[in-house]
Amino acid sequence: MTEVVALRAQEDLVLARKRVREWATRLAFSTIDQTKLVTAASELARNTLIYGKGGDMHLEELDAAGKKGLRLTFIDQGPGIPDIELALTDGYTTGGGMGLGLSGARRLCSEFELDSRVGEGTRITVTQWKRASSRM
Amino acid sequence: MERIPILKLGNSLLVTVQVELHDQLALTLQDDLTQAIAKHRARGVLIDISALDVVDSFIGRTLAHIASMARVLDAATVLVGMQPAVAITLVELGLTLPGIRTALNVDKGVALLQVLMNESGEPGSND
Repeated sequence: MTEVVALRAQEDLVLARKRVREWATRLAFSTIDQTKLVTAASELARNTLIYGKGGDMHLEELDAAGKKGLRLTFIDQGPGIPDIELALTDGYTTGGGMGLGLSGARRLCSEFELDSRVGEGTRITVTQWKRASSRM
Repeated sequence: MERIPILKLGNSLLVTVQVELHDQLALTLQDDLTQAIAKHRARGVLIDISALDVVDSFIGRTLAHIASMARVLDAATVLVGMQPAVAITLVELGLTLPGIRTALNVDKGVALLQVLMNESGEPGSND
């Protein structure tokens, strides 16, 4: 199962958060894991919008030998990130924010992958796996 | 334009965020609150975020800005009702909201605000 959410304007951030929440709820993620993933999605969707000049968020349900997961991919055709290591540093920003978006999103998810080419665009993939015993 | 209502209660202002806080709405709240503090000479601000199930770095930063601006205007800010999952997420995100006082619920928040307002001025001289 997949879905694509277009990220073109501010309102799309709200829609992106809503969709991720719905998917995470359907997969019965714990409240904490839902909140982490929705927050990470919010950070990354805002980056796609502001730095990538707009793009798409892809949602994909994963099933690895019975283990459920949710994968989000943010794709833009923006200017790309020249120094990925620097961009992943806490507190580094070129946009006047707090510089926690990328590094924070990486901490909030089980898996994080960043692929960027200057002049071509950026693709960021985050995955949250459902934990065995989710109580909250 | 969509706005979050600000209630005046004695010499304090009360804000209950009950809708999804998108970026522009958060910024509007920041502007409205600073205006309202000056206009009503409020000494305290109570912000209830118990209905918020997501606080990302932008919203967190805006809340921190509100508290800073209120402080410059001689008003104390107390944030109440943060959901546990939101608190955990904020800390992992790296956002610890320095300078913001928090309380578990509105009751405790009002009590804390009273203490803070008494600390920083002549009690009762302002209303």
